[in-house]
Amino acid sequence: MTSQVPDLWPPSAQEVVFLLLGVVALGSALLVVTTRQLVHAALWLVVCFGALAGGYLVLTAEFVAWVQVLIYVGAIVVLLLFGIMLTRAPIGRSAGLDSGNRVTAATVAVGTAAVLVTVVVQGFATAYTPLEPGGGAAATLGASIFRSWVLPFEALSVLLLAALIGAIVLSRTDIRPANPAADAGGPAAPTTPPHPPDPAPPPADGSGATAGETGSGRVSRDGG
Amino acid sequence: MVSEVLDIAVRLVVIVVVFLALPLVVGQMEHKAMAHMQSRLGPMYAGRFHGWAQLIADGVKFVQKEDVIPAAADRRVFALAPAVALVPYLVVLVVIPVGPGLFGVDLDAGLFFVLAVMGVGVLGAIMAGWASANKYSMLGGMRAAAQLVSYELPLVLAASSVAMAAGTLSLNGIVEQWRWWWLPWQAIGGVVFFVAGLAELRRPPFDMPIAESEIIMGPMTEYTGLRFALFMLAEYAGIVVLSALTTVLFLGGWHGPLLPGPVWTLLKVLALAFVVIWVRVSYPRLREDQLQKLAWVGLVPLALLQLALTGVVKLAL
Repeated sequence: MTSQVPDLWPPSAQEVVFLLLGVVALGSALLVVTTRQLVHAALWLVVCFGALAGGYLVLTAEFVAWVQVLIYVGAIVVLLLFGIMLTRAPIGRSAGLDSGNRVTAATVAVGTAAVLVTVVVQGFATAYTPLEPGGGAAATLGASIFRSWVLPFEALSVLLLAALIGAIVLSRTDIRPANPAADAGGPAAPTTPPHPPDPAPPPADGSGATAGETGSGRVSRDGG
Repeated sequence: MVSEVLDIAVRLVVIVVVFLALPLVVGQMEHKAMAHMQSRLGPMYAGRFHGWAQLIADGVKFVQKEDVIPAAADRRVFALAPAVALVPYLVVLVVIPVGPGLFGVDLDAGLFFVLAVMGVGVLGAIMAGWASANKYSMLGGMRAAAQLVSYELPLVLAASSVAMAAGTLSLNGIVEQWRWWWLPWQAIGGVVFFVAGLAELRRPPFDMPIAESEIIMGPMTEYTGLRFALFMLAEYAGIVVLSALTTVLFLGGWHGPLLPGPVWTLLKVLALAFVVIWVRVSYPRLREDQLQKLAWVGLVPLALLQLALTGVVKLAL
């Protein structure tokens, strides 16, 4: 980190692009939690991840940016969409997406954001590091992971392995506890319906056109 | 400065032209090759000579058709889906090297860029499947998602084997490092990559998501006119991109005797595109469980074997 602080005004082209990407990321993230259409939330998440990847690119972390797109957009969001479609993916607005905890959740989120922003501003407000092309290239990144950070890397891989084994144990139905008492208690949970009974029928949404859209063509897909 | 801008502009124009022309060539090849394999003639009238203008006529027809959006559809997502399916393949073409020094951009992590962007293309099919408000489309979209999730892994593993062998992630660098004996060395990886790529494109025999005899056309059921044409263009552009990537990663790109480099690249790409068509005519459609089994029991272990082989040989050298 260099101590030489450049002028904040006029901003460089990189800074402008970075700010714009930040605005896109923040805006789409807000839309993810506020949109009333379930699938749109997942699609806004794609925009958010894309803007984040753009942010990495501006900071010359090329490899991280592409891995972000590959893993999060290509795999996580696809899996998310698959999960949503398997259970409930109505077109149009659906009521009852808001959790009862939303005030608490918003408070926690704003609190966390405030703490993070304060820490970053306090700690790094005057710290500048020049961006050089190739700083986040695969070779540099690989060298630093496998030389300086090899221990955390290996610890993380053990964590992932544990998660993998856990997933296998949960999904294999032929692995069961040996005693029948536990067996009777065990599978009770999976036999309940996969989603809780939905108390709100489509017209409860109120506003006419959207509620009609929800109700008309989508009965077979709702399943609830 | 001016020459730099001009250089970039010329490269981009060439790429766009190639992007629009090559899929049409592959499409025409599919029409004719498939017809002759099935003892037919295929298109014979459009353009007078062996129906060479058939796809242009098809394009004109698609433009004239009415653009129908189902009443129950999610209009914005429905309209956006064809673009999401098509644009990634255009973007991928920018980094594919055609000859020594002949590429749009040489990215340091080009291989990951290509794989990441190709994964985004499948989102288009999922979006189309969901937004159409049609149960067949929905099923097709879900099958496309399941297929992507299982075949992405062998695809990435096979591609990383080549990256290990070359010691770089840049596509240009990989071709420069390539030697003829990589052909047997990376053969397993090449087959795995090509098969997994076919599955990611949802080409037969992996066309369960669009299976026209059971779910009509999957995500594309409700699409008409120009939007449908965009989906078809995306499919053929996908074939071009997959063939070009397999050429660059496993077949040595522009390396070859006698002929100039770009000609070799083009020849290899067209030969692989022919294989894609050949496979379509030869094999019946895989069932959903067979699809998943092939990915997890067949391709993933093979890709891991290739990774181990690459590592051992690389260390021994």
